[in-house]
Amino acid sequence: MELLSGADMLIRSLQDQGIEYIYGYPGGAALHIYDALFRQDEVKHILVRHEQAAVHMADGYARATGLPGTVLVTSGPGATNTITGIATAFMDSIPMVVLCGQVASTLIGEDAFQETDMMGVSRPVVKHNLSVRHPSEIPEIIRKAYYIASTGRPGPVVVDIPKDMTAPNERFEYAYPKKIKLRSYSPAIRGHAGQIKKAVDMMLAARRPIIYAGGGVILGKASGQLTELVRKLGYPITNTLMGIGCYPASDKQHLGWLGMHGTYEANMAMHHSDLILAVGARFDDRVTNATEKFCPGARIIHIDIDPASISKTIDADVPIVGPVDAVLKEMLALVKDSKEKPDAEALASWWKQIDEWRAFHGMRYETSPDVIKPQEVIEMLHRLTNGDAFVTSDVGQHQMFAAQYYKFDKPNRWINSGGLGTMGFGLPAAMGIKLTHPDDEVLCITGEGSIQMNIQELSTCNQYKLPVKIINLNNQALGMVKQWQDMNYESRHSHSYMESLPDFIKLAEAYGHVGVRIDKKEDLEPKLKEVLAMKDTLVFVDIQVDRFEHVYPMQVARGCMKDMWLSKTERV
Amino acid sequence: MRRIISVLLENESGALSRVVGLFSQRNYNIETLTVAPTEDETLSRLTVTTTGSDRVIEQITKQLNKLVEVVKLVDLTEGPHIERELMLIKLKATGSQRAEIKRTVDIFRGQIVDVTSSVYTVQLAGASDKLDGFVQAIGTSGVLEVVRSGVSGIARGEKVLSL
Ligand SMILES: Cc1ncc(C[n+]2csc(CCOP(=O)(O)OP(=O)(O)O)c2C)c(N)n1
Ligand SMILES: [Mg+2]
Repeated sequence: MELLSGADMLIRSLQDQGIEYIYGYPGGAALHIYDALFRQDEVKHILVRHEQAAVHMADGYARATGLPGTVLVTSGPGATNTITGIATAFMDSIPMVVLCGQVASTLIGEDAFQETDMMGVSRPVVKHNLSVRHPSEIPEIIRKAYYIASTGRPGPVVVDIPKDMTAPNERFEYAYPKKIKLRSYSPAIRGHAGQIKKAVDMMLAARRPIIYAGGGVILGKASGQLTELVRKLGYPITNTLMGIGCYPASDKQHLGWLGMHGTYEANMAMHHSDLILAVGARFDDRVTNATEKFCPGARIIHIDIDPASISKTIDADVPIVGPVDAVLKEMLALVKDSKEKPDAEALASWWKQIDEWRAFHGMRYETSPDVIKPQEVIEMLHRLTNGDAFVTSDVGQHQMFAAQYYKFDKPNRWINSGGLGTMGFGLPAAMGIKLTHPDDEVLCITGEGSIQMNIQELSTCNQYKLPVKIINLNNQALGMVKQWQDMNYESRHSHSYMESLPDFIKLAEAYGHVGVRIDKKEDLEPKLKEVLAMKDTLVFVDIQVDRFEHVYPMQVARGCMKDMWLSKTERV
Repeated sequence: MRRIISVLLENESGALSRVVGLFSQRNYNIETLTVAPTEDETLSRLTVTTTGSDRVIEQITKQLNKLVEVVKLVDLTEGPHIERELMLIKLKATGSQRAEIKRTVDIFRGQIVDVTSSVYTVQLAGASDKLDGFVQAIGTSGVLEVVRSGVSGIARGEKVLSL
């Protein structure tokens, strides 16, 4: 057996875990680890400009690949700077391991320089956290961290590593555990057969069924099974903001996404359904609107890997705890074997009704002869990239427009902070994706508010040559905040203006990139084409869009699924 | 409804703070909480009494189960069970009060475990409402200090909570 220092064991463990990239920022408590990193070249380290960005990079990578991301930071401020990123990953169940330096174990509790109780600070926003108490534990702790982060309902795991655990002069036997078993942690590996049978019987007997799919389908790599089942049944499907791409948006059975800014037809169909098959979704308040008014005529089947997600806000009639892929596969087999068939007549009239809703509204907005509408920018980008780009977004109106008008046919391509709604997520997430998908188009759709929350990463992009395309839908306002103020506060725009905006073109150039400004409608298409043709260049595209646009549809607060504003003046 | 939830927890530092943190983070109520190592030193046994609607209680048990260090748990109130709490109570005891207190302690099957010329220290074990009953019977004016251990519980009969 080899004798290695704690720091070398840590890096070796990452190698043996198959980790290619880590994102981070050094500092005192992590210096032994950084030295071990320097002395090898298997694990590549990306130096960000702010630790929050390291976490979002790891997060973007994880969302695009389905593999856990890895972060390395120092103690104290390095660790606390990761918290927003960790909370973002936690809310969306993203697998990730965050390695944090800590002051030496002999100093813990003494308010030492750069000491923060990271175990305590991170506790409410992690799936789990682990602290190293002896260097020889490191391989096992790292193995455990990745195992917990990426199994069951995934999530971030923090590992707190006191500096003396990585001291170079103390060496221990190194062996990376092949398998890990925890008596207190065993995620379900299949659903209950009886419940699945019962669910299938209900599905086949339904007259107005709908499938409601969430991010769990993407995390559980079950898009294939879901698509096959939905096609076999011929039922309508909607998905959440996090589930975008789990079923092809261009397919006729797809009603678009649902909830606060979902499509009219998806929200109407949910409200009037008699059976909801919820798959890897969690009945979030941005979906259900007022829970007591939620889908009064529907019985609910709920599949989720996390039992705590079931009957948390909306009671399930048939709960099924298990991995979505395995459960859907079993359902499909039962549907295929069953003598019962969906009632063709009922289904036809259900579709007729849905098509009427579609015709009544669908996704629409008013165009203008001279002002650029944010929606048309997205539609054009969709066309110019053949609907095949990775699209990250920040948070606000631009996020909703991107989700509404870029039609995703594949999973893992729509990358946004749905649960926490973290402004500043978009650029670093795009960087994490571009790094491992150099040949794919990666767009960051953002707003002039959000982009400034992690703008310093333009420097990282220069260092590592990450030619993402930043599409800044510049409405010169914290647009989503302003929209709420228009709708609920008689247009009193309290602090929702962005005054003294920087010259984004000069800013991009200062960081060594190209900036393109688009403010005329006729320039939009030719300039976007030029931008997309610059394959190896990061281009910051600053597009002056309509400053007064609102996002619609929008559910009426405290109403039911079908209570919506369809424009500034139409309410249903 | 009041519930007694009994939890087997990995005996690791930080595990208890996760349980306590969960309750405050999700706005659940803790009435009493007791925790101590078990005969298997790798495990702690924790008992928490809480109140809430059926939905809240269901969420509490599910969220507790989700904690990586929770090995097993049971809601004791779902079946026949025994609950006990220990109380140490210091009472003003002078003159005629002394005999009166002694009588009440006997009725409640407690013990006087320490005596001075003016104070009795009484030990009493039982279900929480019995302890409440004793304090009521004594009357709060004579009470100098009360320490309660919080509820411990165990299922009746053959049922055990173990690995
Ligand atoms: C870190 C953070 N702070 C505050 C908010 C609240 N918030 C939500 S949307 C929004 C406005 C975003 O403005 P911008 O990025 O310009 O996007 P727009 O809505 O104008 O498209 C704000 C402030 C948030 N989501 N995240
Ligand atoms: Mg804006």
